[in-house]
Amino acid sequence: MGEYKETGVLTLEDIVKPSADRVEKGPVVVIECIEKIPCDPCVAACFKEAISMDEITDIPNVDFEGCIGCGVCVTECPGLAIFIIDCTSDPCTVTVPYEYLPVPEKGDIVYALDREGKIVQESEVVRIRSSGKTYGVTISVDKKNIWDVRGVEVKA
Amino acid sequence: MAHGVPMTDNRIRKHPVIDFERGEELYFDFEGKKVKAYEGETIAAALYANGLVKFTESKHRARPRGFFCAIGKCSSCIMKVDGIPHVRTCVTPVEEGMKVERHGALPEFPKEVVSRSPDPIHRDVDVAIVGAGPAGLSAAIVLARYGVDVHVIDEGERQGGQLVKQTHQFFGSHLEEAGTRGVDLAVELFEEAKRSGVNIHNNSTVLGCYPDKRLTVESKEGLEIYDTKGIIYAAGAIENFLAFENNDLPGIYGAGGVQTLMNEYGIVPGEKVLMIGSGNVGLIVSYQLIQAGVEVVEVIEAMPHFGGYQVHASKLRRAGVPISTGHTIKEALGTEKVTGAVVHKLDDSWQPVPGTERELECDVICIAVGLHPDNQFLRQAGAEMKYVRELSGFVPIRSEDMETTVEGVYVAGDSAGIEEATVAALEGKLAGFALVEKLVGGSKELSDGKEEVKAGIEQMRKGPYGEYPRKGVKMCTLDEEVC
Repeated sequence: MGEYKETGVLTLEDIVKPSADRVEKGPVVVIECIEKIPCDPCVAACFKEAISMDEITDIPNVDFEGCIGCGVCVTECPGLAIFIIDCTSDPCTVTVPYEYLPVPEKGDIVYALDREGKIVQESEVVRIRSSGKTYGVTISVDKKNIWDVRGVEVKA
Repeated sequence: MAHGVPMTDNRIRKHPVIDFERGEELYFDFEGKKVKAYEGETIAAALYANGLVKFTESKHRARPRGFFCAIGKCSSCIMKVDGIPHVRTCVTPVEEGMKVERHGALPEFPKEVVSRSPDPIHRDVDVAIVGAGPAGLSAAIVLARYGVDVHVIDEGERQGGQLVKQTHQFFGSHLEEAGTRGVDLAVELFEEAKRSGVNIHNNSTVLGCYPDKRLTVESKEGLEIYDTKGIIYAAGAIENFLAFENNDLPGIYGAGGVQTLMNEYGIVPGEKVLMIGSGNVGLIVSYQLIQAGVEVVEVIEAMPHFGGYQVHASKLRRAGVPISTGHTIKEALGTEKVTGAVVHKLDDSWQPVPGTERELECDVICIAVGLHPDNQFLRQAGAEMKYVRELSGFVPIRSEDMETTVEGVYVAGDSAGIEEATVAALEGKLAGFALVEKLVGGSKELSDGKEEVKAGIEQMRKGPYGEYPRKGVKMCTLDEEVC
């Protein structure tokens, strides 16, 4: 059992990452769901069929070449475990799921948080989309931080 | 604060996921004071919203006690309502002009016996289902579609069982409504049940279940006796409690109880919560507390690792909530209500590690240390029961079709063993199909339906988290030659 089972915090070694080449090419999904739990809405959410499972308890298998980084899956994942990183812009962007109040608005400066809720940097909200009551918040993130930023906190 | 009603309003006005639709404003009398409530609230919810934390007291030493389960299972919130003692205020809807007062642990029985109807009402029905949760409603829909006269009996004010407080998107297969929030699923199931012609009786409490497929029920109309051709028992689960010093103080609540208060009635339990237990219930309720604007100071877990899904734990950690594994609670602090807690580390043999005690400031301690099946009436009906640790308690021996050892009496959902809502709904469907076969006659369509549902259940029990139910169900299912 990995250390994450004590801490609740995944490390980069725990996650299946797209290759550096793929990250350079365009927006791409990062799924931080590493346990065999009975759950598959991400498979149904992807209209490019880039997420697959043989059985419902499989870990999502991502075809990074097929993924276009559209972010539809981000708001469909009940575990809020799906993120999009995009390094085609400068700064890069990270899209994170968000279900708190207040909901940030485009142009807001927010705190970008890491997997332990610690502030990594300040970020600008560049896009907001929603599916039901779950938001996908896209924020600008320095390239060096794209593997750390996984949360958003609206400034008080 | 222990006596009287302070002037506060703990109701949530803005929430990221739930729109609370409150009914008409109304007023009732609590110990001589006029208290505001909204139609649709229970007495307990309305009192808590107004700042009351002491609901009753212990027989010895008159220690203050708060509510615990909030769903009518624990009797921690009983009061005298319009002259009748021992009323479970958490499942009793508040009404204009009602007179409510607290009483001691052993109140006097009223001298003048209040009876709503002198003679019991007899009902001859095809099928009675106990519990309008995912299992009960799913079963009822199947039965009604095949023309069976089906009656669902539930003690709650609303239908959907515990789905009504599940504001998170459901896990499970997208074919079985995953990704839908439980609260929306409750509405969908209820609407479908109504369309299919299911009779639903809410605010009705089952008092007994007898071997000749007879149920006794208390409703607003009085005592009702149901004579049936089949019963499906789907009453759900009861939250477990935990032993530690001062564990009876107001402010120590079941995590599910807090979820009911917060997500169903839109009332915050307090300001700072310590969560005991890191199974999915503990992790999910912690997240929902944050969504409601409540601070979760820490989640502690006695095991060396957290119990629920990684994705739920990760979500909490991103919100800055510490999870301390290998920790337990030593005592709750406070006299009239919780003001804090002392926690400490445990060593490999579950003994406290000296010098690791720390004090935490909190006004609520949530207990999320598991559930056990609510099925004692099946025992009364004569069903053979067995203790199965993997299913979290005593469960009835059943056939592959969910029939207990009492002919015509079925079980489904958490009453059959603790799992989750998708499996509960599937077990309900399975029991429904089996009862249709029994009452209407078998067909290929029915046996295909059963096979499909069984395959669905099997799917849900795959993977490491399905190990317990897989093992447990084998130990109490007759056709699998173990019992």
